[in-house]
Amino acid sequence: MKKLRILFNGILKENPIFVLVLGMCPTLGVTTSAFNGFGMGVATMFVLMLSNALISLLKNFIPDMVRIPAFIVVIATFVSIVDLLIQGFVPALGESLGLFIPLIVVNCIVLGRAEAFASKNGVLDSMLDGIGMGLGFTLSLTLIGSVREILGSGSIFGFQILPESTNILVFVLAPGAFIVLGFLMALIRHLQKTE
Amino acid sequence: MEYILMIIACVFVNNIVLSQFLGICPFLGVSNKLSTALGMGVAVIFVMTLATLVTSLVYIYVLVPAGIQFLQTIAFILIIAALVQMVEIILKKTSPSLYQALGIFLPLITTNCAVLGVAIGVTQRFDLVPAGSYMLHSVVYTVSTALGFAIAICIFAGLREQLELNRVPKAMRGVPIALITAGILAMAFMGFANLVK
Repeated sequence: MKKLRILFNGILKENPIFVLVLGMCPTLGVTTSAFNGFGMGVATMFVLMLSNALISLLKNFIPDMVRIPAFIVVIATFVSIVDLLIQGFVPALGESLGLFIPLIVVNCIVLGRAEAFASKNGVLDSMLDGIGMGLGFTLSLTLIGSVREILGSGSIFGFQILPESTNILVFVLAPGAFIVLGFLMALIRHLQKTE
Repeated sequence: MEYILMIIACVFVNNIVLSQFLGICPFLGVSNKLSTALGMGVAVIFVMTLATLVTSLVYIYVLVPAGIQFLQTIAFILIIAALVQMVEIILKKTSPSLYQALGIFLPLITTNCAVLGVAIGVTQRFDLVPAGSYMLHSVVYTVSTALGFAIAICIFAGLREQLELNRVPKAMRGVPIALITAGILAMAFMGFANLVK
């Protein structure tokens, strides 16, 4: 039961984007379509899960003074692995995510969970926390990506569902990212209050 | 001429915050007051220029000759973190007044994705630029990009100061209304599109 709670914590109660407001740059930058948002979410989840697990394994060996640089090295290693894997196996995704893959290193969610959770808990719990946070991140990015894709290009995951005449181009451009995220965040807050 | 066009392109057309989405965290986090926004802007210009200078040198003279460009993410983040710490220590000793003005922003900048983003972005232009002018090119690019950040955060802080006086619906207060304001600001910056090819 406790394990399940750790897993679901990141999806609803402490959703990294809508509740904690962390990791805004990739959230706004890559969500031009549902698929890009999903890809970014999965890449981040992979890094979160593995870095959480490794940091929790190493937590007794890392001196307190140098823990932040040590965490950053661990995270940067996994990010480089993900970067090379994406370039090798899904080059199209790598092209559309571009700079934001190496920038997972400075995503506050990853370092934040390493510091707040993995450096204090066991390996399995830390891994579950990484998966939960990663799932919350992935779901949020996919949601924002879907809304922007439907409004901006009338399709979802590449399937055309609305005629081209109803497209509002601004939603796939930069301003649409800010506006969609702002309204979705307000909506989620409103729903949480009325519950 | 080429450099003037590049400065205009980096400051207005491809503004780092409003069209490239880098550095959103400080953009939302320290934009409540115009004075702190200005301090953050200056600190970012300072650190970003210094960081890109060092990472570019490391890239050309260490990573490329050794053929280990794939290690750039790890190398750059460590360089930036060490550099920020060093700047903080040096400023504290040599110029206490400057340290008081910029000090609190320096640790925040290490996790600012704009600094790493620009350092990596510059290396992607490495093959496009003639060999001799790479350093000059990267410095001009970085300074103007950082200037774009400073201008954007100052305009945004001005808008948010005015926003404080208005009554905002409960669910929209704080981050959501700030995001929508930023969206409208980004739309205004879209007016600069196609100014420079």
